[in-house]
Amino acid sequence: MNWLAFISIISAAVAVSFGAIGPALAEGRAVAAAMDAIARQPEAANTISRTLFVGLAMIETMAIYCLVIALLLLFANPLLK
Amino acid sequence: MTSPLSSIAFFNLGPIPITAGVVATWAIMAALVLGSILVTRRHSLVPSATQAALELVVDTVDSQIRDTMRVEPAPYRAFIGTLFVFIFVANWSSLVPGVEPPTAHLETDAALALLVFIAVIWFGIRVGGMRGYLSTFASPNPIMIPLNFIESLTRTFSLLVRLFGNVMSGVFVIGIVLSLAGLLVPIPLMALDLLTGAVQAYIFSVLAMVFIAGAVNEARPDTNNSSQRTPS
Repeated sequence: MNWLAFISIISAAVAVSFGAIGPALAEGRAVAAAMDAIARQPEAANTISRTLFVGLAMIETMAIYCLVIALLLLFANPLLK
Repeated sequence: MTSPLSSIAFFNLGPIPITAGVVATWAIMAALVLGSILVTRRHSLVPSATQAALELVVDTVDSQIRDTMRVEPAPYRAFIGTLFVFIFVANWSSLVPGVEPPTAHLETDAALALLVFIAVIWFGIRVGGMRGYLSTFASPNPIMIPLNFIESLTRTFSLLVRLFGNVMSGVFVIGIVLSLAGLLVPIPLMALDLLTGAVQAYIFSVLAMVFIAGAVNEARPDTNNSSQRTPS
């Protein structure tokens, strides 16, 4: 196995693992804040949960970007051709 | 293991290779169109069970559009509703044995995101005219023109990557688990995949609504309502 393939696999794993840290923390904070808001104001639960879903999708996109980078490194690496 | 970024030709239609994803898309389209024709053929004032179910769906889509966009839902119902129902059925088509959801391929998601991109321009021009729509790029001030322009491209791209990443990763993980342990083990993951599919269909259509609402509410000539900013 040559060095380029080795480094590609390592960096794919690093991209996903470290790229998941930030979104995980952020999603936790967002859900905690939404729970707090719903507990204070249960009648606004519909609006809050809709906004929460959209916000979570936004945050999750960062992790998905990292996943796509990892897949590009593993399956469509231009250096390994 | 085959790459999730590429898709293999199923058969050739003349010079054009047709992939399995395209066939699944056609099947879903045909099923949805036929189902809609059958369900909407006989309306009555006292609804039957199927008509009541259909009314529930349409009513939910309407109320979501009204809540999210703060406009009357009539012009947007067809587009948003079709988008939601198609992505929902496409994500759940993995329930049929041997079918891979077409949204797990980059092409289908790219086409859907391109549709949203065109719909934003279309509805923006229809409400505010060409001048009103183009002036949304210069809000809040003309320095933002390049940024707003880039934003309209990158949010389309992120819409595409979000749907693709979520659905494809579900299929991929199930494939890996299936190759490690065969019977019954992937079932919880499949259930999770169904939940993700439903949530992603909802999120895709809500984001389409938010983008369209951003163009429509800013392009409208009488009210310069810039309180609703669109996320990217």
